Amino acid sequence: MKIIVCVKRTPDTTTQIRVKPDKSGIEQDIEWILNPYDELAVEEALKLKEKNGGIVTAISLDPDANNSVLRRCLAMGVDEACLLKGGKNYDSYSVAKLLADEIKQREYNLVLFGKQAIDDDNYQVPSMVATLLDVPWVSVVTKVEVNGDSVCATRQIEGGEEIMETKFPCVISCQRGLNEPRYPSLKGIMLAKKKEIPVKEIASLPESVAVTGHEAPSPRPPGRIVGEGSGAVKELVRLLKEEAKVL
Amino acid sequence: MKDFDPDILKIDDLLTDDEKMVRDTIHQFVNKRVKPIIGKHYMEGTFPKHLIKEIADLGLLGANISGYGCAGMNNVAYGLCMQELERGDSGVRSFASVQSGLVMYPILAFGSDKQKETYLPRLAKAEIIGCFGLTEPDFGSNPAGMLTKCVKKGSKYILNGTKRWITNADIADIAIVWARNEKNEIEGFIVDKKSKGYEAREIKEKLSLRASDTGELILEDCEVPEENKLPFTQSLKSPLMCLTQARYGIAWGAMGAALDCFEEAVQYSKTRVQFDKPIGAFQMIQEKLVYMLEEIVKGQLLALRVGRLKDENKYNHAMVSLAKKNNVFQALTIARIARDILGASGITIEYNCMRHMCNLESVITYEGTHNVHTLVLGNYITGIDAFK
Ligand SMILES: Cc1cc2nc3c(=O)[nH]c(=O)nc-3n(C[C@H](O)[C@H](O)[C@H](O)COP(=O)(O)OP(=O)(O)OC[C@H]3O[C@@H](n4cnc5c(N)ncnc54)[C@H](O)[C@@H]3O)c2cc1C
Ligand SMILES: Cc1cc2nc3c(=O)[nH]c(=O)nc-3n(C[C@H](O)[C@H](O)[C@H](O)COP(=O)(O)OP(=O)(O)OC[C@H]3O[C@@H](n4cnc5c(N)ncnc54)[C@H](O)[C@@H]3O)c2cc1C
Repeated sequence: MKIIVCVKRTPDTTTQIRVKPDKSGIEQDIEWILNPYDELAVEEALKLKEKNGGIVTAISLDPDANNSVLRRCLAMGVDEACLLKGGKNYDSYSVAKLLADEIKQREYNLVLFGKQAIDDDNYQVPSMVATLLDVPWVSVVTKVEVNGDSVCATRQIEGGEEIMETKFPCVISCQRGLNEPRYPSLKGIMLAKKKEIPVKEIASLPESVAVTGHEAPSPRPPGRIVGEGSGAVKELVRLLKEEAKVL
Repeated sequence: MKDFDPDILKIDDLLTDDEKMVRDTIHQFVNKRVKPIIGKHYMEGTFPKHLIKEIADLGLLGANISGYGCAGMNNVAYGLCMQELERGDSGVRSFASVQSGLVMYPILAFGSDKQKETYLPRLAKAEIIGCFGLTEPDFGSNPAGMLTKCVKKGSKYILNGTKRWITNADIADIAIVWARNEKNEIEGFIVDKKSKGYEAREIKEKLSLRASDTGELILEDCEVPEENKLPFTQSLKSPLMCLTQARYGIAWGAMGAALDCFEEAVQYSKTRVQFDKPIGAFQMIQEKLVYMLEEIVKGQLLALRVGRLKDENKYNHAMVSLAKKNNVFQALTIARIARDILGASGITIEYNCMRHMCNLESVITYEGTHNVHTLVLGNYITGIDAFK
């Protein structure tokens, strides 16, 4: 079985983001990671391969042609990787178009995505790619079962689960709970080091959106000590209910 | 959230991308799998055995060996692994050091092809665990005086003696045992725990390395088949070569424990308020934090330099003595300072510094005591051997 996983480089969730002085974006000298939802997709691909055999290819579109997340995918056990260079200030459709153009040139049974990228949270690319490929898709999936050429995917819906069945080829986007991503093994890292990651200059699309500014969120209001000991519980509960409105 | 970078000298820039990936992988593993459970194991005095397979799956065991199912990393990447493991606990690092440097290495360096093929892949996967028996009740710093004897009898060797303070003794399937032959040379053996006359006993009442298995090996007419003798040893030089391997890893590991103590002390100093200020505002606390940072940076550069020299095959045991001696001593000093900065909180298992501090009291003793490394270096400088 041939599986393609699309992965994105996103800022580390624990890194301190700073907006550039000209507000055109964020400072780039931060820690970057493989988008955590994409990591679920990589893990699922590897598990499916281990069970059913096949080959897993990771594809990443990166404006700076940075291949660090693809190295991580290879270290986790992905067979081959491909870096598409470009895509600055592209909207979801342009990104989806570029990915779909690449995927169309390849043989595949299944294309896996994370359900969203944690940086710009658009949730759109997987379904757009599926549409452009003209294949079925299931999103926000927490369980995948493959039986011959049919796939059974459980997806999260408000207050419950929905179980969908479709046939290869198809697109699935992955949600937390699907699996527990493995650590790259040290052997995997050494093997990954030896693998070439081809870089493809992609046809440049016109910049579809113009970023006019970035603003850092306003600083959080400082914490407050309501009181001490069990006597403070009542007041704390009242404030959580009435002020913070979280209870 | 980290708001200052302890890597003040950008030592990171001296590492390759894959070295950093290796380090970050082990870092994540330790944060997720070791840190949350280690305090409990320490208090109960148990080694977290359930981590053995996970550590093996990561490829940590014998990671700097090429072939035999091992990762084949360079020595710097291996050192970074030891640093990250010991950030968790010296006991967990000790497990990996012993399996890699003191069990797999001697089989690789002094073993026959058959021994290598039989044992190395299984040790890498942790299908079998090993220990290293050099120290005896009466011979620690002076292993040359060992009493354990081996006598050849037909196609077997008969071993008699006691080895004490042996890491992994109680959980080991095989022991690398060093014994004196009739010609007064030291020989090495791969001893199966099922051998007749072999017994391992755990040493329970320790105040240090409580999350590590330490024990005793009792060899009473212990029968070892001839083919389990390591064929290519050169008397005492061979176990000392093993120690050089493990000491190299310890030089890195100690800095991991130091980093964990330092980060804990920084965090505490910024949040603990006394006299209406965070204690980090007091000059005496700042001075202590500065000392820690200075020594960590120096220790890391030292370990890194020795690692690069090891990778270039230009290293020697005196360099390793320098790195082990300095880094463990400074890590212990740093752990003690951190303990002090944390006040009463510092004596509890909720924080890490006192656990690290107690652990490092063993690390400064094993693999050559602080004094022993001083005398190795004294000999290097003067050409005069103070041991004789
Ligand atoms: C937790 C733990 C795990 C261990 N694991 C292993 C293991 O897996 N395998 C193994 O073989 N051993 C192991 N050891 C043993 C360790 O290597 C010895 O403890 C160490 O070599 C010191 O020997 P000793 O304890 O007998 O101390 P001694 O040699 O009796 O030394 C006592 C003191 O005298 C000092 N001293 C000794 N000789 C001199 C001298 N000539 N000049 C100045 N000072 C001197 C020492 O520095 C030390 O301060 C372990 C020890 C510990 C604590
Ligand atoms: C086992 C144990 C038993 C105890 N028993 C008792 C008891 O019976 N009764 C009792 O009342 N208390 C008791 N204590 C409490 C003990 O007196 C306090 O722990 C001690 O006063 C230090 O306070 P702290 O732990 O809050 O540390 P902190 O005051 O928070 O100090 C933390 C660190 O900051 C340093 N520091 C603080 N202020 C300054 C400054 N201005 N300049 C420079 N450095 C500073 C300290 O030296 C320390 O290194 C006990 C403590 C322990 C550990």
